[in-house]
Amino acid sequence: MNLPLQTTNIAVPEKGIRPLLREAKSLSFWAENAAPIGLIALVIVFAILSPTFLSIGNIRAMLVAAAILVILAVAQSFVITTGGIDLSISATMTLGAVGFGIAWQAGFGFWISAIIAILSAGVIGLINGLLIAKGKVTDFIATLGTLSVATGLALIVTSGKPVSITSPDLLRLTTGSVWIVGYPFIIALLVGVVGWFVMFRTRFGLHVQAVGGSEEAAVANGVNASRVRMAVYLIAALLAGLASLLLVARIGAAEPAINTSYLLNSIAAVVLGGVSLTGGRAKIVGPILGALLLTALTNGLTLLGVSQFYQPLAVGLVVVLAALLTRFQKK
Amino acid sequence: MNTTASVDTDVILSAQNITKSFGGVHALRGASITMRRGEVTALIGDNGAGKSTLVRCLSGIHRPDSGTITLDGKVVEFGTPLAAREHGIETVQQNLALVEELTVWQNFFIGREKTKGFGPFQMLDRKAMRSTAESLLSDLAVNVPPVTSRVRRLSGGQRQAVAIARAAGWGSSIVIMDEPTAALGVQETARVESIIRKLQDQGVAVLLISHNFDQVLRLSDHVWVMRGGLAVAERRSSETSGDELVALITGAKAA
Repeated sequence: MNLPLQTTNIAVPEKGIRPLLREAKSLSFWAENAAPIGLIALVIVFAILSPTFLSIGNIRAMLVAAAILVILAVAQSFVITTGGIDLSISATMTLGAVGFGIAWQAGFGFWISAIIAILSAGVIGLINGLLIAKGKVTDFIATLGTLSVATGLALIVTSGKPVSITSPDLLRLTTGSVWIVGYPFIIALLVGVVGWFVMFRTRFGLHVQAVGGSEEAAVANGVNASRVRMAVYLIAALLAGLASLLLVARIGAAEPAINTSYLLNSIAAVVLGGVSLTGGRAKIVGPILGALLLTALTNGLTLLGVSQFYQPLAVGLVVVLAALLTRFQKK
Repeated sequence: MNTTASVDTDVILSAQNITKSFGGVHALRGASITMRRGEVTALIGDNGAGKSTLVRCLSGIHRPDSGTITLDGKVVEFGTPLAAREHGIETVQQNLALVEELTVWQNFFIGREKTKGFGPFQMLDRKAMRSTAESLLSDLAVNVPPVTSRVRRLSGGQRQAVAIARAAGWGSSIVIMDEPTAALGVQETARVESIIRKLQDQGVAVLLISHNFDQVLRLSDHVWVMRGGLAVAERRSSETSGDELVALITGAKAA
């Protein structure tokens, strides 16, 4: 009964520049690498059009400006890898900022206020996780609800007024730097490195990918899917809390503002980074590059004197283009 | 029919008088089967005869309403698939339970990863997992995909091979397979059958659910026939025929 068994070969990718060139002819190459290619293209175009774009000062400013979005993109990437989405992420960040402001006003020092900021953001993540993992509420609806709840809470506890904060620690956070890399970006990079490690080198990360790929199969193999879902929403919220510190430091005040653009851009960065919204394929570097790309785009347009009104339009076009490209990703 | 495990040491698993109802539906009405060490035992029967329910009781997905399961002479109870696994019973589900987006080696180890490090600082031991998956897979199958390829890119037979190798790879003494070749072509079916034989050579007892009588007669040593929630007949595969099995399944021939 033994048939002659042939071996079917699955192509093993070769190394070197030649296969890279060959691959460049296929659409999937562009789809897989939309974020780095887009980033390089943007940098080249803006560098030609504006002499200040690649100046040390501007690079420094861009990196600092990108820090919050990088953190939110990493956070969103964890959620989206499970096939979910966190629409409340920027509202959670706002609530964290307000938490910081209230604690600061009450006379707590920087560190305790920072912890309160992160914890108050974490509460929203906990609610998201419970609603989605235990309550089986659709992620979209649950986080839309908590978006509104967090925004409302932030407005209520501050009576809608910003709490201005003058803290030497916060000042050091925004102005300090190692060479041209400001502290905010260093924190964001650390988040990226730890996020990458957790996603690709730990048991938890594998479970996140497994739940996103096929919850049924993951559960059959003993993965506790609802715990994984709880965890990703909690991680996202805690990272939003961390980002809220950078936000407060940047503005110099805890504002109950809505920050919708951070929400849209965090999802946009993840999509630019080549992560499918259906889940299962994890990426961390891609979304970080996506966040840098979006920041460079906004910065470049500002430098060129393009009206602020055109910026959402440009971001939207880039994201839609990236989403179209992801259709050609290799399966 | 009443051989108990303690008497017959050849018996690795014996399920006695298993009943299971879902609401008013009596899926199992006191089914009893035994499996012998190192043999392929086939379980056949018409749709609704209770094969799947019985298998789910054995693999820990359902808890029987009554009856006993004896494994290696000891009475066991499993509330979860994980508990059944800990007793050495692995199930290859019909849907294979593979995550397509993950690689072969990742699928091998989901839920029981190898890690290195200490305390909360555990990281995946990727190298060990890759090499283990590779050796387990190449022990069983000829047409082996690289363990770093994503399951999405594998053929149906290769996926089946991965799922079976995973089930067999945990020092399990019993592997249950639900229709392992139902969706496969002729060549791939032959490959999967050779995997099942190799598994048997390694001393693993296999419980095979199949609708294909030729396959049952080719592969199995012993056949249990189910009808109406009971195991109504058993035959040595060498002493029966497809016609007789059909007659037993339909009830045209009494046990």
